[in-house]
Amino acid sequence: MEADITLVVDGERRSLTVDTRTSLLDALRDHLGVTSPKKGCDHGQCGACTVLLDGRRATTCLTFAVAQDGAEVITAVGLVTDGELHPVQEAFCENDAFQCGFCTPGQVCSVVGMLDELRAGHPSHVTADLTAEIGTDPAIEDDEIRERMSGNLCRCGAYGNILAAVRQVTSS
Amino acid sequence: MRPFDYRRAGDVDEAIALMGTSPTARYLGGGTNLVDHMRLGLETPDLLVDVSRLPLADIEDLPDGGLRIGAAVRNSDLAADRRVRERYPALSRALLAGASGQLRNLATTGGNLLQRTRCPYFQDVTTPCNKREPGSGCSAIEGHSRNHAILGASDACVAVHPSDMAVGLLALDAVVRVHGPGGERTITIDDLHRLPGEHPERDTVLEPGELITAVDLPPTPFARRSTYRKVRERASFAFALVSVAAAVDLHEGRIADVRIACGGIAHKPWRARRAEEMLVSEVPDEALFERAARAELDEARALRDNGFKIPLLRHTMVATLRDLTLETS
Repeated sequence: MEADITLVVDGERRSLTVDTRTSLLDALRDHLGVTSPKKGCDHGQCGACTVLLDGRRATTCLTFAVAQDGAEVITAVGLVTDGELHPVQEAFCENDAFQCGFCTPGQVCSVVGMLDELRAGHPSHVTADLTAEIGTDPAIEDDEIRERMSGNLCRCGAYGNILAAVRQVTSS
Repeated sequence: MRPFDYRRAGDVDEAIALMGTSPTARYLGGGTNLVDHMRLGLETPDLLVDVSRLPLADIEDLPDGGLRIGAAVRNSDLAADRRVRERYPALSRALLAGASGQLRNLATTGGNLLQRTRCPYFQDVTTPCNKREPGSGCSAIEGHSRNHAILGASDACVAVHPSDMAVGLLALDAVVRVHGPGGERTITIDDLHRLPGEHPERDTVLEPGELITAVDLPPTPFARRSTYRKVRERASFAFALVSVAAAVDLHEGRIADVRIACGGIAHKPWRARRAEEMLVSEVPDEALFERAARAELDEARALRDNGFKIPLLRHTMVATLRDLTLETS
């Protein structure tokens, strides 16, 4: 079964016809040629396909494109404005926060979404006091960053430098 | 994946009507479990009725002081809600202990309750499984059983329910609101999920076409003194080996009331009523917690690989009760 859908991808309105079985990830990569989100596990476990979906970080492998008709998608490529890298992207470069780079677009989108959650005051599993104001302390602890980024795996094991990159963004 | 038709429901009645048009139709919420199951071949619906955009995404104060959580409220929004964090911390904690940030942004309240077991044999269509294929046998009973049930299992199934959120809700005496072809009804969270018995293919008591529309939390004042403790193989993004949600009402140095629910150990979130009864009106004390936990686990039965869960749950229950009573009283 096919469906006509519209997605706003990295600021551009795109109309396409998809089989209802097409995941949002496959629609982006195979139908629209937007290859920034990567297919790692295709089961929601690795985070390589993470984008900002209607402003929130989300895996694109576990949602059907047809169910996201009308949605706004921002990939790591779309975080670049007028040729300028996003501060999170700058920090990844400056801290050598990747090796092979396969997980990086998902990591970057996840960090951007995670920082928005922090600014919105969302607690995490390691937050000691649920009733405290979250996100007012710019230098969040490493445990908080690790916990909040646990949905993104890096098989090269670049975690130490990813942590440093996030810390650079949160403390600047 | 089998071809399927997709319809986005405009309201609850339309969703139920659409569901009635096909015996294999499924409701689609956040999709984080169902989409995976369709890809694995566990589910082959010919119609998906998308209920994720129904107007059920609000968390409302109830006149009695409780909260009504819409079925489409995202796990992330529910965990972060100020009222939940202050009045029902066990629920916030349970949600935050589950999945990852990306998945919590997709997953819904209704979908979380209806997610299915992560038993590897259930998820592998090449192996016998009574839950997936009734009558085909259980591969886990004599197979790899590290993650399986120690209480309430049957000869047909030893799977465990995977939800953290449901364990938190059970300790908070939540009530599930359901709409179906026959109208609206309410089901206590303890009655929603089933023990496997002879019919492990049925996870819940929901009838065909029934849709969870909301979860109500009663205005239990002592739920402010509640928490959720989860033990797993790694620090984050893993299912529970065991978990405990508890709420304690302390009055003049005694336990006036208490709720204890356990996860990772049974086919449904497990209410520890035997332990609760032993604790009421007693002075909190670690030896008392130990006796209560032992009593609750009296009928626990281990499989080949999961005997460790019995002492692990006992210790986790004691630690959770200690955290809620001895260090704050």
